[in-house]
Amino acid sequence: MSKERVVVIFPHPDDESFGASGTISKFRDEGVPVTYLCGTLGEMGRNMGNPVFANRETLSSFRKKELAEAAKQLDIDVEMLGYRDKTLEFEPRQQVAEHLKKRIESLGATIIITHYPGYAVHPDHDALGAAVIEAVENMAEENRPQVWMHAISNHSEQDLGKPEIITDVRPYWERKLAAIKAHLSQADGMMSLIEDHDQASEQLERLKTERFYTYNFQ
Amino acid sequence: MDAIQQKVVQEKIDQLANKEVYVHLETTNGAYASHFDENAYNVGAFIRNAQVSYQHGKIVSTGGSYRVGLKLDLGWVYAEGLTDYEIDEKNRLLMAGHDREGRLMVALEISETPFSHEADPDE
Ligand SMILES: [Zn+2]
Repeated sequence: MSKERVVVIFPHPDDESFGASGTISKFRDEGVPVTYLCGTLGEMGRNMGNPVFANRETLSSFRKKELAEAAKQLDIDVEMLGYRDKTLEFEPRQQVAEHLKKRIESLGATIIITHYPGYAVHPDHDALGAAVIEAVENMAEENRPQVWMHAISNHSEQDLGKPEIITDVRPYWERKLAAIKAHLSQADGMMSLIEDHDQASEQLERLKTERFYTYNFQ
Repeated sequence: MDAIQQKVVQEKIDQLANKEVYVHLETTNGAYASHFDENAYNVGAFIRNAQVSYQHGKIVSTGGSYRVGLKLDLGWVYAEGLTDYEIDEKNRLLMAGHDREGRLMVALEISETPFSHEADPDE
């Protein structure tokens, strides 16, 4: 039996499915408990379904249900952190870090999966990733979990080199696709976005490996 | 949401005039615009729960989409590119403009009660 306890920390419902659902599935197959701490409800998202079925005021309810469905597909627990979409970078970093530290400690995390601050494109991704680093930095050294960071920006490998953890997630592809598709209001827009920019194959190929940098705490 | 019916929306705008109302006004091209196209710019703005009272307001057709202007004592509320509307179960006037893929580009919403700030509790 593995002693690992994985906590995934991203700001939006669907970040877990696009970014880490293969890795999550692998952990679940090994019997490792996984909890997703989801920062916001993604209530300011621009995708409203295609054809449109949500509006600005109902989007959060749809996304909450979609996340519950994705969590069912991935067999993980979800806890909401209660922040508001697009505003995480404006919250006091220290306060968010303190909040996260409590949750990380009470869950007994040994591995955290989050975004690579500065390389995660969306300001919420960068802000929450940075708060995770600060939270773990504030923990006693012997209690610190590993932190695995997902980089998204186009120039990340140029700047950072190859990620330490590269997982071929094709064995979990069905589950990953099911999790992505559970995010009905979002998946369609993302998929057509991928197709529209004729990076289709490249983008799809990207989804078949999941890559994480590990944070080096001094 | 449904395609805007100018007459219905105008009536609702009239009903909400000279009252303390809450406004959600937003425009966005998404957080990923310059990620997918490095020549694109990320632009967006929103204000949620601005409390205003407008003297009068009007919806104007541009053939295909609509503009709405609300005249305040000391200024204006303005939105362009609105295509869809809904008067929801809380009796709020929700308007939005979507692109071909159904992505929101602009929203203007008017309500007599504040818009939710935290995660919606009636879930
Ligand atoms: Zn996200």
